Amino acid sequence: MTVTTPSTAEGRSRPGRPRRHRSAGPLFVAPFLVLFVLLFLAPLGYAAYLSLFQTRLIGGTVFVGLDNYVQAFGDSQFLHGVGRVALFFVVQVPVMLLLALLFALALDSGLLRLSRVIRLGIFVPYAVPSVVAALMWGYLYGPDFGPFAQLSRNLDLPVPAFLSEGWMLGSLANIVTWEFVGYNMIILYAALRTVPQELYEAAAMDGAGAWRIAWSVKLPALRPALLLTLLFSVIGSFQLFNEPNLLMKIAPDVISSSYTANLYAYSLAFTGQQVNYAATVSFLLGLVIVIASYGVLLTANRRRTP
Amino acid sequence: MTTTMPAPPVTRTAKKPARLTHRGKNPARRSTPLTIAMLAALAYFLLPLFWLLVASTKSTQDLFNSFGLWFSDAPQLLTNIKETFTQDDGVFARWLLNTALYAGVSAVGAALLAAAAGYGFAKFRFRGDGAAFNLVLGAVMVPTTALAIPTYLLFAQAGLANTPWAIILPSLVNPFGLYLMRVYAADSVPDSILEAARIDGAGEARIFFRIALRLMAPGVVTVLLFTLVATWNNYFLPLIMLNDPDLYPITVGLASWAAQAQNGGAGASSDMLALVVTGSLISIVPLVVAFLMLQRYWQSGLAAGGVKQ
Repeated sequence: MTVTTPSTAEGRSRPGRPRRHRSAGPLFVAPFLVLFVLLFLAPLGYAAYLSLFQTRLIGGTVFVGLDNYVQAFGDSQFLHGVGRVALFFVVQVPVMLLLALLFALALDSGLLRLSRVIRLGIFVPYAVPSVVAALMWGYLYGPDFGPFAQLSRNLDLPVPAFLSEGWMLGSLANIVTWEFVGYNMIILYAALRTVPQELYEAAAMDGAGAWRIAWSVKLPALRPALLLTLLFSVIGSFQLFNEPNLLMKIAPDVISSSYTANLYAYSLAFTGQQVNYAATVSFLLGLVIVIASYGVLLTANRRRTP
Repeated sequence: MTTTMPAPPVTRTAKKPARLTHRGKNPARRSTPLTIAMLAALAYFLLPLFWLLVASTKSTQDLFNSFGLWFSDAPQLLTNIKETFTQDDGVFARWLLNTALYAGVSAVGAALLAAAAGYGFAKFRFRGDGAAFNLVLGAVMVPTTALAIPTYLLFAQAGLANTPWAIILPSLVNPFGLYLMRVYAADSVPDSILEAARIDGAGEARIFFRIALRLMAPGVVTVLLFTLVATWNNYFLPLIMLNDPDLYPITVGLASWAAQAQNGGAGASSDMLALVVTGSLISIVPLVVAFLMLQRYWQSGLAAGGVKQ
């Protein structure tokens, strides 16, 4: 996390803050921190605590140490769930971020007509709840009244099986991409807008063309913003829940209750009544995300200082 | 609302208009092929919304019997809207109100908390400030859904599950919002103004509410809007926390209707499908309008978050 905090150093180096105002700082920070401890740290600690117990038919709730963790590492449903979201992450996120980057560069190039309309139109899906997005796409994918199926039938082509086992992960990836390309595009576009114009002018004076400027000036300037979008994508992908949970109702044979790790934790807690094991799975999923996020940050840092 | 958001800080606006005119005043450089390619991309993003609009005008029968991407012979948008609002004794309006309440309270609360804390971290030094800030920042990585199950168990013990607080309280803490507000406060609130206000004898609270908060307005609006969207669109947390349909937000309500429509198929509860579709359309209108109206604020706010590291 260190890369994202240099502003701390900046705060430190600023001298000359009078002593007598020191007491006000903690007061501004306190309400947030109190709620943070109650609503972030306490549930985390509680999950860690719960994960050390098991409720048995005979003997009630007993302390079992790390038994739940041992069980999870041998639990093929959990491992498959994590594997599926990892695959989802590896395929969907690069596609989404590449599209977002291309759109942001196109908008920033000043070559577009109707750029305002295009920018807002691409962003609009972000304001659509993922529940509605999943419902809409679910109906669009559908074999009965989905327009793709209708068109295929009219043209005597085979109806595309968007909701079949082989296509489902791709269909989910399409929904998530649709929802979040615009959001990522706006973050990247906003970052591009703050690049000083003089930098482009200097590069143009040195004889750089549009592509060269994009590659050598704009992309490096986008590094922090790209890292931010990548981190958000790690967090989002690994907790995939809403879209599979809704498509599950349309395609129950394809999406099981352990299709993603998060779906598994949910069904353990609320249909299986296995609260302790659900806490273990949640906790492990959180750990997977933290490790993946650190991996992303470390890779980015290593590349920055060759 | 309008009183709390005056013009964005000077440092930001100063370079922007110059660049906008610079780029805007060169029609000869416009590229038609690029525009066409982007319009094609735009079509992909708008297609499902167009489908939703068309589908909202149809009866469940017409959904099956007419082509999905065009209107049927007997459009009945108003009938659908009326039926959406009268189904189950008007529970849909209740869901809308719940959603507005949860999202509104969460957004205002989260934005104020993050603004105060971000300002505190940016403009004051105190024991442990660095450690506390890094702890909160690290929490950005903790998945909210992994937190949701233990939070539910704690809330159930405290008697808060199945109450509006179960949705509002967890939405009040926004670590990314704090990060954004800290960057924003450091950037947009000059120390000299604070010093001047102190010399004039203003108290710290007064300085924050009367001066700092206004200077930070675009950042505050950004956090406000994004918390609003996050809470408005939240599904996992209310799904876990609530079991009384009268407390559902729109997302959980629509999902429950969709499940009914699915189970009923095209037969018994056949009208449900049209209601799900129309309800979906109604549920996205407020947010889309909010985003379009407030776009210049959230964009400048995001610029701060995406650039500073």
